[in-house]
Amino acid sequence: MEEIQALFHGFAVVLQPFNLVLMVIGIVLGVIIGVLPGLGGANGVAILLPLTFSMPPTSAIIMLSCIYWGALFGGAITSILFNIPGEPWSVATTFDGHPMAQKGQAGEALTGAFTSSFVGALVAVVLITFLAPLVARFALRFGPPEFFAVQFLTFCSFIGMGRGSPFKTMASMMLGFAMAAVGLDTVTGTLRMTFGWSELLRGFDFLIAVIGLFGIGEILLTMEEGLAFKGMSAKLNLKVVLQTWRQLPAYWLTSLRASTIGCWMGITPGGATPASFMSYGIAKRFSKNGDKFGTGELEGVIAPETAAHAAGTSALLPMLTLGIPGSPTAAVLLGGLLIWGLQPGPLLFIEQKEFVWGLIASMYLGNIVGLIIVLTCVPFFAAILRVPFSIIAPIILVICAVGAYTVHNAMLDIWLMVLFGVIGYVFKKLDYPLPPMVLALVLGDMAESSFRQSMLSSQGSLSIFWSNPLVATIFGLGLILLFWPLISWIMQLAKRRAVVSSGS
Amino acid sequence: MVNLRAKYIFAGAAFAAAATLAPTAFAQWQPTKPVTFVIPAGTGGGADQMARMIQGIAAKYNLTSQPIVVVNKAGGAGAEGFLDVKQSNGDPHKIIITLSNLFTTPLATGVPFNWKDMTPVAMLALDQFVLWVNAETPYKTPKDYLDAVKAGGPNKFKMGGTGSKQEDQIITVAIEKLTGAKFTYIPYKGGGDVAVQLVGKHVDSTVNNPIEAVAQWRAGSLRPLCVLDSKRMPYKEKMTSDMSWNDIPTCKETGFDVEYLMLRGIFMSPGVQQQHVDYYVGVFKKVMETPEWKDFMEKGAFNTTFMTGKEYSDWVANAEKAHLELMKEAGFLAKTN
Repeated sequence: MEEIQALFHGFAVVLQPFNLVLMVIGIVLGVIIGVLPGLGGANGVAILLPLTFSMPPTSAIIMLSCIYWGALFGGAITSILFNIPGEPWSVATTFDGHPMAQKGQAGEALTGAFTSSFVGALVAVVLITFLAPLVARFALRFGPPEFFAVQFLTFCSFIGMGRGSPFKTMASMMLGFAMAAVGLDTVTGTLRMTFGWSELLRGFDFLIAVIGLFGIGEILLTMEEGLAFKGMSAKLNLKVVLQTWRQLPAYWLTSLRASTIGCWMGITPGGATPASFMSYGIAKRFSKNGDKFGTGELEGVIAPETAAHAAGTSALLPMLTLGIPGSPTAAVLLGGLLIWGLQPGPLLFIEQKEFVWGLIASMYLGNIVGLIIVLTCVPFFAAILRVPFSIIAPIILVICAVGAYTVHNAMLDIWLMVLFGVIGYVFKKLDYPLPPMVLALVLGDMAESSFRQSMLSSQGSLSIFWSNPLVATIFGLGLILLFWPLISWIMQLAKRRAVVSSGS
Repeated sequence: MVNLRAKYIFAGAAFAAAATLAPTAFAQWQPTKPVTFVIPAGTGGGADQMARMIQGIAAKYNLTSQPIVVVNKAGGAGAEGFLDVKQSNGDPHKIIITLSNLFTTPLATGVPFNWKDMTPVAMLALDQFVLWVNAETPYKTPKDYLDAVKAGGPNKFKMGGTGSKQEDQIITVAIEKLTGAKFTYIPYKGGGDVAVQLVGKHVDSTVNNPIEAVAQWRAGSLRPLCVLDSKRMPYKEKMTSDMSWNDIPTCKETGFDVEYLMLRGIFMSPGVQQQHVDYYVGVFKKVMETPEWKDFMEKGAFNTTFMTGKEYSDWVANAEKAHLELMKEAGFLAKTN
């Protein structure tokens, strides 16, 4: 129970008025950063990092980590309202969140997203509080083959997603892989598919593709369908929060699965974005209402949001205990630790007790404060949908363009965004699914380099993927998910046969 | 050369006098808009940390009349950042921090830029490289380890490093050339990942910078074998129960003479005037006087060589030659070159 004592000491640190003020500032800034597409949590934290120089390290990390929590919350808002993911980990939230808003359930979707974010974070923080050293050791067992197995599992859990033709899904995914391959290849250190054009050096950024495909594509569609938002009838009072809360306990199994996936992906470190995709895919596969996913199911909002927040939170654990960041934002915070004169790593928990437990306590408080702030704003956010399309659409376009520019400070990215917008529109018209392309774009690069690293270390032998129980288990899970339709069909057949034989 | 030395002695011996003279010297030119500080690498890495450190120090002590804005342009192993500076001819409001990709990226990828396309400002420090193994292995000296690598046969031992055809792999090839050992080199995205892969025994050794591996060393998971420099690191504070940075022998002492230091230097746009360069040199000198900077240097066990002017550009020209040779031997040059 040493942890509890240390934790309460941490609360004492966080509850100092100065730290509380910083916490609220951090959350509000974070929500704004989360809402603006392109200006991700990592950028936001990096920009504010030098400002924290004159603060004590504990106050500084409280503020910066609260920006991170705020961004995790905020990412969901534009995904649900406008189909524009504010952050990469909110892409999966758009799949059901936006259809909900179109049905006039924006308030429910937002409440569900915020609350499940909170639940995910809470599970992850409890995990960090009591199991930090144990879990950190588990992360060490992840080498290239294990990473590839995790990425393989993500693809497999997602592959049956498209309702339409499997060939269209394949085409969309392959296009994503092709785009992910543009730019510098980390394994050979040479440029690929840039055709001597230096603007293409940086490759296609996932964020720009997403802003274009989802945001601009959606606006084009809305223009075609009559220049008005659907879902203007959204309820505008706080009662909707309570009503949604009453529905949530029914989805406890989904939440539990999503939290587990999220924590696991955050620690290993797979990151929040793949976690949200994997969680959505698995929820769809195992839910009773799986067929209705994509048409506005609350469960389809809960699954990715819980996982993203759990992963985002637990990503701080390997950063603190091992010095490896589980997410890009954690990487910037890691740099911050060094600048403040703290050495992240196994000794941090022993040498900097006040700092570590102050941070952990701030995770509890920061998420509670964040939840209260965003929930009270739900009616306000939902009211945005009542603004006439002709006023809000240009604003969204400007925000998207600014967001696309911010990612790399490059003009070309704005043109790419527009191009992706057209692609998104055409894809929707021709009924090609977008999610496989986005998933391939975000994971293709990582999966490719883990695969090639594995091949380097095994001298080209595929047996490395079943060389130890851990990697074999993850791979086995992936294969089961991949062939799940076949397996469930065989199981049904066997059952029917059993019934028939017992009947006769 | 003599002149420059005299200037240093003057600055060192009569610091008070220099400080009073400084404002008049810098009064000639001041930035008139925010200064863009380009980082040709991603957020969270070594160059990024140093640049943000400088930004923070400058803001805290009010060292610049205009704020410094840090921008990461990491695309194409940093080529994006260097091309950006190369193209902003005559703009005195843009500076860039370098790492070894100043040399390795154009050589390996054929992207057309060179340090001569920019104006050298100052060398801030040199980053060291240390040969690390997992602390649970029996290897106590580089000889033990390299003998084991040779005995194990080619490609049986894995060397982990950051990126491909960049400094870590160049060092690996240099070690191979000199000792006859043959590694399988596995490229990872960042130095922190590499250190953890070594702790998890997914690779057998690394050539991490001190700052990337220090936490794992202090926790007793990693063991340093030797530092790839001509002399030992000067820092004598104990990092583990019985060792300081200074206790790590040089690789030369232990029988294989490989040296490699990574430039942490500043360049600015081409075609600027001398007074612009002087202004930034002045700012960086003040940054280096601060306790925060000194502490940062010690934490990362940096080699704190400071150079400006011709001395600096000569150093860079030599380093470029050395890289060309090393990369040519290793077969890392782009086909277009």
